[in-house]
This record gives sequence, C-alpha cells and structure tokens, in this order.
Amino acid sequence: MRRATLILLPYLWLLALFLVPFVIVLKISLSDIELAIPPYTPTLDLSEGWKGLRDFFAGLDFENFVFLTTDDLYWKAYLSSLQIASIATLCTLLVGYPIAYGMANAPDHWRPTLMMLVILPFWTSFLIRVYSWMGILSTEGYLNQLLLSLGLISEPLTILNTPVAVYIGIVYTYLPFMILPIYSALERMDGSLLEAAEDLGCSRIKAFWLITIPLSKTGIIAGCFLVFIPTIGEFVIPSLLGGSQTLMIGKVLWEEFFNNRDWPVASAVAVVLLLILIIPIVLFQRNEQKQREAEG
Amino acid sequence: MSQTVFEPWNDPDAKPLIQFKNVTKRFGEFTAIDNQSFDIYEKEFFALLGPSGCGKTTMMRMLAGFEKPTEGTILLGGQDIAPFPPNKRAVNMMFQSYALFPHLSVWDNIAFGLKRDGKSKDEIAARVEEMLKLTRLEQFARRKPHQISGGQRQRVALARSLAKAPKLLLLDEPLGALDAKLRQATQFELMDIQEKTGTTFVIVTHDQEEAMTVASRVAVMDTGKIIQADTPQVIYEAPASRYVADFIGDVNLIDGMAEAREGGAEAASTAESETPAQFEAEIPAAETAPRAPQPNERGKWLHDKLFKYILGPREDAPKQLPPPTPEESKAAASAVQPYAIAPGGITIHWAEGQPPLIASNGDPALAGKRVTLAVRPEKLGISKDRPESANALRGKVIDIAYLGNLSTYHVELANGTMVKAQLANTRRVAQRDITWEDKVWISFRDTAGVVLGE
Amino acid sequence: MRRLTWFNATSLTLGFAFLYLPMIILIVYSFNESKLVTVWAGFSTKWYGTLIQNEAFLDAAWVTIQVAVVSSTIATVLGTMAALVLVRAGRFYGRTLFSGMIYAPLVMPEVITGLSLLLLFIGIGLDRGIFTIILAHTTFSMCFVSVVVSSRLVTFDRSLEEAALDLGCSHFDAFRLVTLPIIAPAVISGWLLAFTLSLDDLVIASFTAGPSATTLPIKIWSSIRLGVSPEINALSTIMIAIVAVGVITASLITKRASLRQQADERAAVHA
Repeated sequence: MRRATLILLPYLWLLALFLVPFVIVLKISLSDIELAIPPYTPTLDLSEGWKGLRDFFAGLDFENFVFLTTDDLYWKAYLSSLQIASIATLCTLLVGYPIAYGMANAPDHWRPTLMMLVILPFWTSFLIRVYSWMGILSTEGYLNQLLLSLGLISEPLTILNTPVAVYIGIVYTYLPFMILPIYSALERMDGSLLEAAEDLGCSRIKAFWLITIPLSKTGIIAGCFLVFIPTIGEFVIPSLLGGSQTLMIGKVLWEEFFNNRDWPVASAVAVVLLLILIIPIVLFQRNEQKQREAEG
Repeated sequence: MSQTVFEPWNDPDAKPLIQFKNVTKRFGEFTAIDNQSFDIYEKEFFALLGPSGCGKTTMMRMLAGFEKPTEGTILLGGQDIAPFPPNKRAVNMMFQSYALFPHLSVWDNIAFGLKRDGKSKDEIAARVEEMLKLTRLEQFARRKPHQISGGQRQRVALARSLAKAPKLLLLDEPLGALDAKLRQATQFELMDIQEKTGTTFVIVTHDQEEAMTVASRVAVMDTGKIIQADTPQVIYEAPASRYVADFIGDVNLIDGMAEAREGGAEAASTAESETPAQFEAEIPAAETAPRAPQPNERGKWLHDKLFKYILGPREDAPKQLPPPTPEESKAAASAVQPYAIAPGGITIHWAEGQPPLIASNGDPALAGKRVTLAVRPEKLGISKDRPESANALRGKVIDIAYLGNLSTYHVELANGTMVKAQLANTRRVAQRDITWEDKVWISFRDTAGVVLGE
Repeated sequence: MRRLTWFNATSLTLGFAFLYLPMIILIVYSFNESKLVTVWAGFSTKWYGTLIQNEAFLDAAWVTIQVAVVSSTIATVLGTMAALVLVRAGRFYGRTLFSGMIYAPLVMPEVITGLSLLLLFIGIGLDRGIFTIILAHTTFSMCFVSVVVSSRLVTFDRSLEEAALDLGCSHFDAFRLVTLPIIAPAVISGWLLAFTLSLDDLVIASFTAGPSATTLPIKIWSSIRLGVSPEINALSTIMIAIVAVGVITASLITKRASLRQQADERAAVHA
C-alpha cells in the first residue's frame, strides 16, 4: 500500500507532465495548421463519441513531415546542427583533455581547489556565461581591441555572428562536462603503469599514447556524449553568438513556434530532432553500461 | 556424571525455543533452504556453519523476519512467527556490518530500540548504562561510531541488539570484521556475555574455528541443508559425512571397499605379511630422483675435502637432520600405543597389493560398499621402523611443514594417496630422524578413524 | 609520482584563464562609467544604482526566486521518492517506462520539453503564469534530484534500515530516523541543483511563462538580444558573486567536515 503511493506519486507526475505532453507534440505534428488558438486541427472532441475519435484519426497525416523534406531550410538545419555539434565536441575535447590531465597530475592538496574551480562555472548562469563572450567577440570588442593594440591585425576581425563564435561559446559553456569524466578516469589510473611502460622501453610520449589515452577512453567517450547530445538541440548559443547565418535546429524550432506560429511544423521539427537524438543517447547508455560492468 | 550437563537436545522433556518445521525457502528458481526441520533450545549458543551461499544467512534472516519461509513454519516459544514483522518480534539481530547508525552517538545507538518501545527516560538511561557496563564502553558513550575502533564498534552493535533483552539474539558473522588476535579475545567475551545474560544466541559464521569455540551446538550446512547438527566434539570426532569431515579441520580421506571383519588377530597378521621389497618397486621413479642437480664424484670429493670448510655445506645436499641420541630413540619408541585391536567392524581395501585397513568401529552393514575412512592428522603416527599398530602403511615423506608447536608430514602412500600426519614437537629432536624422501611407516589405531558411507 | 611539469602547469593556467577571463572582464566592466561597454571610462558603481531602481528587473527576480524555491522543494520531495522507487522498489509494472521518464529529461533538448509542456497547458486550458513555470521546472529538475539521490542510495547500507526495523521501528520511522538523516547531504545537494537549474532556465520558462509572469532569465534575454549593456553586466556580477560565495562556502564546509572525520578516524585507530 505504502509502496504503491511511493511509486504512484512520481509516476503519475511524470506521466502527466512528461509523457502526455510528448504524445500531444506527436499528435500536433500530424495535424494541419489553422489560423486560430489553438492554431491546429483536428482537436479531439470526445463529446461526439466514436465519430469524434474517427474524425480525429482521419485528420492525421504526415503532411508536416513531408513539408520538412521539401523545404531545404529544415534538413540543412539538421545537418548543420550535427556538423556544429561534432566540430564543437572535438574542440571541447582538445581543450578539455589537457586541463583534465593537468588536474589529475597536480599535487594532491591542489586537487579539491582545482575541482571546485571547474565546477564553479557550472553553477553560474548559463545565459551570463554566453553573454560574457558577446562583449569579447564583437567587432569593437575586447579581443579586437587587444589584437589591434598589439598590432597583430590592422582591421577588426568579424567573429561574433559567425560559426566560430558558436564553437567558442559551446567549448566555453560545456567544458566542465568534458573535463570531469576525463579527470575521473585519469585520476583512477595507477601511476606505476606509466613507470612500467617506461621501464619496458617506451618514451614518455609513446607511453602517453599507449597507456594513458586507452585507459582514459571511457572518460573521453562519456565527455564527448555529454557535450554532443545537448549541443544538437542548443538554442541560446546560436541565437546570441551565431547571428542570422548560423543555422541550428533548436533555433529553427523556436522561430517556427514563436515567430511563424506554425505549431504543427514546430512539433514535427521536434519529433525529428528527437529521433536523431535517440542514436547518440542509446550509444551513450551502452557506453555507461559497459563501464559499470567493467567496474563492478 | 552427577553434575547437570547443559544438553537440552538430549532431554526428551525439554521444550525447544525455536522449531523449524519443514521449512523451505525459494528465491525464484533457487532453493536457499530445502525442507529443514530442527530445534534450538533456550540458552543455547547455536552456530550455523557453512561456506558462503549455503543458506545460513537466509536461515537467520527468516528468524529475524526479513524473509518469510516459502513452505513450513517457524515456531518461537511454540508460536508461529510468520505473521510478525521484524519490528514486532522478540528477536534482535547483530548485523555483519554492525549497521551502527552513523549519525547517532554510541549512547543513542544503544537507546534506539528502547525508545521505540516507548519506555520512560529513566528506564532507558538505566538500561543503556547497564549495557555500556556489560560491554565495557562507558567512556565512549558520547562518541559517534566513526570515532571508535573496530572492536568497540562490534561491542556497540552487541550492546544495541541486547538492550531490548530479546528472547533470541541473532549474530551474523559477528567477528568477521575483526583481525585474528582481537577475534580470539572477542570469542571468549561473547561466550561470557551469553552466559551472563542467559540469552539464546544463534550465530552465523563461515569460520569453523569460531563456531567450534563459541557454540554449544554447531549445525554444518551445505546447499540449503543442515548436514549435521551436534556438539563441537561430536562434529569433530564423529563427522557424519565426508563433507563435514572435510569442512571441519584437517582430515585424511582414504577411499576403499568395505568388507565385514570377524576378529582382530587375523586381520593383524595380514598386515604383517607384506614384504618391503614388493613395496619398493611401487614408489614412482621420478620421485626418488634427486630434485636438484648433483655434483659428480670428483666434485663431491673436492667439496667434502676442501670447499666444505670455506663455503659451508652444499645447498643442494640432501637435507639431513642430526640422528637422534639412543635415549631419544628409546623415548620415541615407548610412546607407541600398546597393540590391541578390538574385534568386529570392517576392513577397507584401499589399494591393490596393500593390506586392508582395519576399522573396528566401522559399521559391518557397510560391507561390500565403497567407503571413506576419515582420519585426523594428529591421530596418525609416523616412524622409520614398523610400529606395533593395527594399521601400518608404508610411504615416503614428500614435505615437512614446521609450525612451531606442531610439524605436519606430507606422506605419499603406495597408491599415490597423500596423507598428512601431525606430530606435536614435544621433544626437541625426538622425531627428527625423519626427513625428506625418507621411507616411513604411517600408523593409526583401529578406532582412530571414522568410516563414512557414500 | 604526482609532479607539476611545465606542460601541466601551462595547460592548467591557460585552461582556467579561458574559463575565468570572460567572467572577470564582465565583472570589471560592470564598474565602467561609460554606457559604451567596450570603452573604459573610469570606475563607477552607477549601473548598480540604476539596476536597483529598475522595477522590471526586481519583479522578475522576485518571480524567479519564488519559482525556484517552490519548484526545487517539490522536485526534491518527488525526486527523492523517485530515487527510492528506482533503487528500492524492485520490479513493478511499467518500471522500464518509469526509469525512462526519469532519465529522458536529462538529455531532452530544452526546446522540446518547453514546447511539449506549453502544448499540454494550452490543451487543458491552463492559464500560463508562475504556476505553469513551477510545474515545468519541477518536472525536469525532479529528474536531476532523483539521479543525485539515487546515486547516494545505491551505496546506502540496507542493513542500517533492517537494524532499525529489528529494533522496533515501523518502515516510516526507519526512513525518518535512519535513512533520511544519512542521505540528507545528497538530498540537500539535489535541492541546490534543482534550485540553480530553475534560476538558470531560459528556454522552458520562455515557453511556459505567460504575460503575467516574467522570470529574470527571460528579462535578461530580451535585453541582451539587443547587445551588451552595462546594467546586465552589473546584474551578472551580482549573480556570479552570489554563486561564488555559495560554492566556496559549501566546499570549505565539506573540506572541514572531511578533515574532522579523518582526524576522528585517526583518533579511533589509536583509541
């Protein structure tokens, strides 16, 4: 009895506020646009009984999904989201790995402090962290001021409102997600393994490639997924730093909904985005599972 | 035996405190307890002994109420306890991990159960003080569990589970987390407390020494069944099965075919008819070969004449202990048991061309069946000359383990069976004429072993 | 073995410079006299003054705090229950769906969560406002709470609860007197996480907030879309300061606690 209450309360909450909304999205993605509120048909009218239900199902079609394939804005947005997410993930790895490595090899008494320094930005507002780059990257921003005064460039660079700014924004905001799993993998590594490798004739760099990298593989994979998955649907970074020329699907969805008020197409965009996300999520789960099995 | 011995299990009038009646416990397909019935009496110190996964913990958790039997009933004081949840049972448990509440002080841990009973403040305080005194923890009352040592934590766990004065206390591997030395001291403490409080204790352990030390009765378990439940002496001296014999202590197991036996004298003469020459041939050749490279004649001569004085004895020389003095040999010889064989029992044919073993305590009903003779190593004699004994077997010393108070000789018998003979090192050099590779006689009395059927 | 080579020192220095320079610049320029944020014109705290007088910001901040406190509290209760179900309840009908619903929001793009909740609220005719934001925030942050709490529950020694039952506790008492005090640190960090997520959220709040309720991130968003403003710099500085003080205090407390525990354990060994 008590157990049933314990299960039912969170269960019903999630059903009502997670699953049901989701089914609604799916339903609307199969509906037609109307200039009304709610701006779509058909609506399910249960007062008409069976007929209502039949009309409801008869009204569903895949028109919106067909529309997504005909207008190249959408598939370009999906592709460019995937591309930006992949490149940004790689950049985050390249920036994050040396930091994680440095942390794992720092003296013991430093590590709690370093750890705190990595986590601190995570608690800081995401919006503010993205915003802080706007002032740096703009044409008259701090970076251009610095480079001009150093004489490295004669004309200010245009970085803000380009994909480069989006990459910088993603690397900056998602860096902790990359550092932490890699750090925890490196920290667990037995230092004597490297000594053994060197003893057996490896150079230090060779030992890094043959021992350190393979042993931190699970951390690298986890970190990459943790950056890649949320980046695909990212909205704030491309909107603030990417300008109008950067196409990402989160931004398209937002604009479709708030600017064009085309709910059925926005819903269809969401459904396809989720279908795309399922692949990396399943791969990530499998990686986590493998790691748990290896540990326990 | 005019004194009253504590043996309620032998008293037909004694009422058991706990009765297991055809109890079976299954977890899905897996049968953890297989149709077991047995009794535990008041004031007993009952040990459930077995390897991990044998069902002993399930047995205990059923008593505590964390598991319910799939079939059968468990009675506590004549009453079925199945309907009572753990918090309504007059049974308390001391957990293997101690399960001390980390956020409560030692005092609050001990008082925890008393507070649940809604006792008055003074009553609780008095009882907690009493428990602290019993377990010698007075000065640690205000500390948290992580502020005391492992041994003290163990005593807190004991005090907490005893505080409610349960009819029955369950102890799950109570000493498992302690180091060897502390464990021994704690065993005696545990027995002392059990005696003082008069509580019935049921202990679960995989450590046979612990079970033998503390328990009034030991139940040896294997795969969901109690194989034998008896006093430690009986379990050790008269194990009911090969499994029990092997599980408790060291044992030599010799397999063979049983044959009924008429009288003692005839069998003894068969033993003497064996010729040493016949036996020589059967010793494996490889074993007689030297184990390390040996010097040739000239090298040996050179060593003995010259190098010995500079380098000391050769490392690979056959290990030889100094021969015994005549007095010591005589003393050793007189230690041999008088030669008398009881009539009856069985003989066991254990190896081709070898005299059968005499077991006058064997059950003649076993005749014609495959049996195992179980003999404890300390009941075997070992000597260079043929001893006057019911059973004397030839063998070769393979290994000697010197354990200080004891020496264990690993001897290979004619058919390749390895036996262990254990001798107390009472005389400093008395037995030292036996060394590696020596041909020796292994002897034991006709009643030294236990004959176990298949 | 652990040694600070020049390589490690460089990568740490550059890495942390990258993480912290943007925020430091933000803080420094929040004290800039000029309205042109990229040109330094002398020290001033005037933007803090105008910020305090900006009622729209203050209202939004008040709404945000209300939403965050209420939603993170409900989310902590529900999330802790969900964690207990995940770790303890064993098998029940629909368990896979349940754990799926717990983990999915963690990886779900915010635009989708926001869109779906909005469509639900419209579908059932719920007026959008503080209440709907609270519902939305509770839903996704309860999943984060349950992940934090269940990772603690997994390592929780079940025999502690059994001992409580054995000593006469009811199931509820065992939870209240033994389990909850022990997992409290995880529950508290779950609450803090939920609170921060709620404070931080722009996308879901944008979808689920109505005209009657605007949260601080929405307000910040609408003003920074037009470009960098000194007022926002000042606001950011205040928010960064609050977080920094909070995180540093928390880490000092845990460090002190772990040092004390180590000292206790050392004392226990010698006792």
